[in-house]
Amino acid sequence: MARLIRMDRTGHTTLAEWSAADESSIAAAAAAFREQLDLGYYAVVTQGEGRAEQVRELPPDAELVILRRPIAGG
Amino acid sequence: MTAGTLPEIAAVAWRRRVDERALRARGRLWTLSTGAHTVPFVAIAGVLVGIEPLLAPVSALALVHAWAIPELYAKRGANVLGPPRPRAPAAGSAAAATRAQATALGLLGDLVGHAARELHAHTGLVPERGALGVWLVGEAGALLVRPGGRRVHCWCVRADDPSLPPADRTAHLLLALREDEPGFATVANLAFSGARWRVRRRLPPRMRPALDAAGQMARRG
Repeated sequence: MARLIRMDRTGHTTLAEWSAADESSIAAAAAAFREQLDLGYYAVVTQGEGRAEQVRELPPDAELVILRRPIAGG
Repeated sequence: MTAGTLPEIAAVAWRRRVDERALRARGRLWTLSTGAHTVPFVAIAGVLVGIEPLLAPVSALALVHAWAIPELYAKRGANVLGPPRPRAPAAGSAAAATRAQATALGLLGDLVGHAARELHAHTGLVPERGALGVWLVGEAGALLVRPGGRRVHCWCVRADDPSLPPADRTAHLLLALREDEPGFATVANLAFSGARWRVRRRLPPRMRPALDAAGQMARRG
C-alpha cells in the first residue's frame, strides 16, 4: 500500500493509504492530499537517496508522499 | 538533485538565486570582511610597539581583538547547528515528545543511507552530498562544506512549525534541500563563511566528527 504521511508533532501521521488498483482509495487519498495542501503543507516524493520532487497532485504510482511545512531562513 | 524550484523562494523574491558563482563571491566577501576587521588591529599592535615598547600591553589587546573577531563570527556560524531555543514543555508531554522523536527518527532513517544514519545517531547531523558541496543538515540550520573541504558556509534555516520533533525538523530541511539545492541556499540566511577549522573549533565536540566526515567527502569530490 502506498502512503500519504504528514510530518507533525507526533513524528508523522498517516493520512491515507491507497493501492493503484483501487480507484476509491486513490480518490480518498487525493482528497486528503488536497486538503493538506490547502492548509499550507507542501508534498514531496522522494526519488531515491539525494533526490526529491515537490508534487501538486497526488501521484498514484508513488510509494510514499510526505507532507512538510514550509521552511524559512532563521 | 532535481531541478524543481522550492516554493519558499517566493517569500524571498528579492534575493538572487544562489549558484556556484554567487557562493564564490560571498566567500570572497566574507574573507575581505574578516581581513578588514582583523588587519587594522594587527597594524595598530605593530605600530604601537614600534613607537613605544612600553605600549606592548595595549598592542596585546589589539591582537586579542584581531583574533577574537573572526572567532566570534565563526561561533555565530557554528551556532546554526544548535537546537532551537527550547519551549516550556506542557505537563505530561515528555513521554509524548519521546515517542514523537522515535517516530520521526524512523522516517529520517528511511530517507538516508546507512552511513548517514550512523553519523546522525552520533552527531545529530545528516550529511548530504549536493552539487554545491557536502551539506551537514541539523535541526535549525545547515553547513555547506565546499569542494576541497577548506571553506564552510553556515546557513540558518528552519521549518516553520516549532512543535515538530527534532528529527522531523532535520527531515524538513533535508527534503527541501533535495528538492532544490540552490533554492534551499537562497531561502536560508548565511550566518558565516570561512575556514572549516575555525568553525570546527566552535562546534560542540559531538558534532565535530560530522564536519570531519563532510570535509573528507568534499575533498574526495
